[in-house]
Amino acid sequence: MKFSESWLKSWVNPALSTEQLTYLLTMAGLEVEGTTPAAPAFSGVVVAEVKTLRPHENADRLRVTEVDVGTGTLVQIVCGAPNVAVGAKVPCALPGAILPGDFKIKPTKMRGVESGGMLCSGKELGIPHDEDGLLLLPADAPVGQSIRDYLDLDDTVIELKVTPNRADCLGIKGIAREVAALTRAPLTPPVLTAAPVTLTDTRPVTLTADAACGRYLGRVIQGLNPAAPTPDWMKTRLERAGLRSLSAIVDVTNYVLLELGQPLHAFDLNKLEGGIDVRLAHAGETLTLLNGKTLALDPDMLVIADHTQAVALAGIMGGGNSEVDDQTQAVFLESAFFAPEAIAGRARRLGFSSDASFRYERGVDFTLQHEAMERATTLLLSVCGGQAGPITEAIGQLPARPDVALRVARVNKVLGLSLSAADIAAMLTGLGLSYTTTDSGFSVTPPSFRFDLAIEEDLIEEVARLFGYDNIPANAPLARVAMLSQPETQTPRGELRRRLAGRDYQEIVSYAFVDTAWEADFAANTTPIRLINPIASQMSVMRSTLLGGLVDTLVGNLNRKHSRVRVFELARVFLRGEGKDVAQPEHLAGLAYGARLPEQWGSKAERVDFYDVKADLEALFAPRLLTFRAAAHPALHPGRAAEVLLDDEVIGVLGELHPTWVQKYDIPAAPVVFEVSLAAAAVRTLVKATPPSRFQAVRRDLALLVDESTEAGAVLAALQAVPSPLLHSVSVFDVYRGKGVEEGKKSIAFKVLLQDTAKTLTDEEVEQVVVALLDSAAQRTGATLRL
Amino acid sequence: MPLHGAGCLTIARDQTARLLPSGFLQTTFLQHPPMTPLDTILDSARVALDAVTDTTGLEQVKARYLGKSGELTERLKQLGGLPAEERKTAGAAINAVKQAFEALHNAKRDALAAAALSRQLAAEALDVTLPSRGTASGGLHPVTLTLERVTSLFQSLGFEVADGPEIETDFHNFQALNIPENHPARAMQDTFYVEGGDVLRTHTSPIQVRYMLGNPPPIKIIAPGRVYRVDSDATHSPMFHQMEGLWVDENVSFADLKATLTDFLRRFFERDDLQVRFRPSFFPFTEPSAEIDVLGERGWLEVGGCGMVHPNVLRNVNIDPETYTGFAFGIGLDRFAMLRYGVNDLRLFFENDLNFLKQFN
Repeated sequence: MKFSESWLKSWVNPALSTEQLTYLLTMAGLEVEGTTPAAPAFSGVVVAEVKTLRPHENADRLRVTEVDVGTGTLVQIVCGAPNVAVGAKVPCALPGAILPGDFKIKPTKMRGVESGGMLCSGKELGIPHDEDGLLLLPADAPVGQSIRDYLDLDDTVIELKVTPNRADCLGIKGIAREVAALTRAPLTPPVLTAAPVTLTDTRPVTLTADAACGRYLGRVIQGLNPAAPTPDWMKTRLERAGLRSLSAIVDVTNYVLLELGQPLHAFDLNKLEGGIDVRLAHAGETLTLLNGKTLALDPDMLVIADHTQAVALAGIMGGGNSEVDDQTQAVFLESAFFAPEAIAGRARRLGFSSDASFRYERGVDFTLQHEAMERATTLLLSVCGGQAGPITEAIGQLPARPDVALRVARVNKVLGLSLSAADIAAMLTGLGLSYTTTDSGFSVTPPSFRFDLAIEEDLIEEVARLFGYDNIPANAPLARVAMLSQPETQTPRGELRRRLAGRDYQEIVSYAFVDTAWEADFAANTTPIRLINPIASQMSVMRSTLLGGLVDTLVGNLNRKHSRVRVFELARVFLRGEGKDVAQPEHLAGLAYGARLPEQWGSKAERVDFYDVKADLEALFAPRLLTFRAAAHPALHPGRAAEVLLDDEVIGVLGELHPTWVQKYDIPAAPVVFEVSLAAAAVRTLVKATPPSRFQAVRRDLALLVDESTEAGAVLAALQAVPSPLLHSVSVFDVYRGKGVEEGKKSIAFKVLLQDTAKTLTDEEVEQVVVALLDSAAQRTGATLRL
Repeated sequence: MPLHGAGCLTIARDQTARLLPSGFLQTTFLQHPPMTPLDTILDSARVALDAVTDTTGLEQVKARYLGKSGELTERLKQLGGLPAEERKTAGAAINAVKQAFEALHNAKRDALAAAALSRQLAAEALDVTLPSRGTASGGLHPVTLTLERVTSLFQSLGFEVADGPEIETDFHNFQALNIPENHPARAMQDTFYVEGGDVLRTHTSPIQVRYMLGNPPPIKIIAPGRVYRVDSDATHSPMFHQMEGLWVDENVSFADLKATLTDFLRRFFERDDLQVRFRPSFFPFTEPSAEIDVLGERGWLEVGGCGMVHPNVLRNVNIDPETYTGFAFGIGLDRFAMLRYGVNDLRLFFENDLNFLKQFN
């Protein structure tokens, strides 16, 4: 809600500066979002009247004027504006004036002719003004008066952010009432007299939807002058409130809307067939609005109809078929109360909002309609002339406003205060709320303009507001204490993040909604979960994998000339489940690209590969052991991809990005990526310690020959399957192909550690285990000992 | 020590030079002259040791005096030919010279070793200013750092961390929070809708609904997470981070809310004099409601919203609002990160520019 401070001050004028006033409003819950001066700073400009006009001898486009500036002596001024004319009242900057932009005015010669000042356009004074040329002032503008005073330019435009509960402050009247309550300054509203009724014309009004329309006032006004101009004072207030002046009739309805908070609508009387019915839209009914949109109306939309058709979307916008135009001389003026629930959400559903719907859906004072009708009629008759008929009023179901109980003890419990009944009574009185006292406190009658006062908490909030949030103490709370549980079998997210950071991965945050192509490329997901209203087409589906964001981050940083990128993200993914169900597990994913180590003098530059990232992943899960199994994955190189298993369950993937995507996303070389379940990564087992053996372990190295296609993991598994209690560990330490190993075979060297916790091993015991190892490897993988 | 030894030797050489004419030693060794007096043997040995520059030379000098036919060995051999009464004194004199020679020899040996060691150490010196070797380390996102900081502050007051889904039902995101269909407050938060009618949560408040449905009071939780709104410019991102807090118990009041949040803000920004203000506002799920402002260099800055949990919300989750009261608050973690680290453009948090992110490592 934007309004001019001077308009508010005409209703209530506390001794407050603009800053004090805006602070007061903000701290009362009416947040001032901003203030702007009505005009930029300038000085030395007065109202002048052009007395004489002659051509300039040396310039075709200039003319020489003599103007009266109220000093008794005419001033000669050279002027280039085309609309300068004898008798015109215009702003004149006199020598010594400073115009916006620190433009100083002094006597000068223009093409050889003396000029003692400057006649000004609106633009030169920083005032919004549609026409070119000089700012023409009304004929009655007093010559010599400061233009700032005459046009009330020392005014400030205040913009309020009115929260949805405070519809009563969507008009000057309501804001003034609030300021009066906060400052005790008296209210000085404009004097309202009933407009004289000189016609007998009426139109009948029926409320078919009487639950939706509590009150409907209509009045015929005839003989209006469609060409009558809107008075400047009204135009100024409208403009400062952010509304453009359109025509006198529309301007008056807008003015009353801003002044009282009551939306009004003027129908062109001659475009209405018969009387008015307020009803719900019929099935299949359509309506073209003032904004040109044609709507298919829903059956829960309230319309104003004449005897043939809908002529307005009630409380939201008028119809084009009954629109007031520049020929309109007779109107049917509407001032109505529509129930908030009958209006709320409809405009939003249609994709727009109007000043009327904004107010109706929040709640308009249901006793305001007569005042608004009389105010608008009076203004209309004074601006456009004409004659008014009597008011036709139809009453439907008006809101019941039951009294609300307010308990003193409850106020103190919720706010942490110790107010007395008398303290609270004084605040209720200050707010203009009527009440009776009860055993426990008060029974308060909510005023018709406060739709937000319906339950006890609403009143407690009013007490808090009037007491001042600042005055409520901030004492350290007294509470029962209890320690938080710290499960040692869960690794906190922070530790997992730090493990990856410790291995040189940088955490990123990327959007959860992604390009459809990413889902297809990195998850082969052609039916991703779609957003109905995405912000952009490349952010239209919910991701089921984090890989897209990582690849995108890689590409972005390659463009920033990084040659080595290691990033990770911890976030939810969104997986379609049964029916409407969506699984939303958290994943941890990483990407490594470029050199294994940062470029340095002491190490050879080598590209990061599958096994490097495998080590990172193992470190993330340590001390639990992961296993890896070759597997196909849409994002990954088919020969360089693995499923990651923990306790025989697949918990993620690891591999090199598929060459197709490497090419498509224009990446110079393939990055290695992984994505695992956070839940799996976070589980750790509580250590069950065993005493270390006092006896030396025995090491045996076994070089085993296997077919090229046999996986090291299979041989390792075969060795580990030997059920000897002496077998301490088996690990791969070399893979060899070439001289001494026949074509199609490879030699894998294993380090076997044997240990007994009770005694030193004998050679025979060691040999027995070695034989068993070789047997197992031979049986399961066809491995032979390389001699 | 080695340096000190070398210095002693230098003095000895100077004395020898004064005592003996030049060329004397060479003549003595080459031509087996008649027995030289004992004291001159020591002087000549001193000169010989002094000229030694390496261990080979040192061994040669030792052999010349103490070898099989070295000068002192010869003297000792000749003792047998002396009368018994002279033998004892002559033997003692030779042994004294021998011990003196050995002392000189050992000192020279140590000095040579010390000099060799210093040469070796000098040769092994590193350029300590060259950069280190090995891998670097990465780091956490500034919003994560902020989230962790905020979380640990609230954990110190006994708040537990709760979590919830990001695709939410209308019930949890709106209705249970006292925002019915068509409520004007729905326009305050431009909502992303997902096919099927669910929404991307517009705030982390649905987590409090889920938690309260599953846990009886007392309840003391914080719920950080990603939230979504249809909004994108320099100060708005369609995805951002919020943290919801909730404390429900028998006597939780607005005064407790003010104290808790004021304390938090001062601890977070590490400024005991931070000015905090609570300004009346409106949220459908709290009443009374307030915006939280802190006084910054350029005036009051809004940092979050809060209020007493609305009785309708408590009823929606089967908690009796007559017995229990509570407060809830929500803060923007991205905004806190911006204020804390002096970041002036929200979009930087989501561009994932390594040059930006690495500053926080």
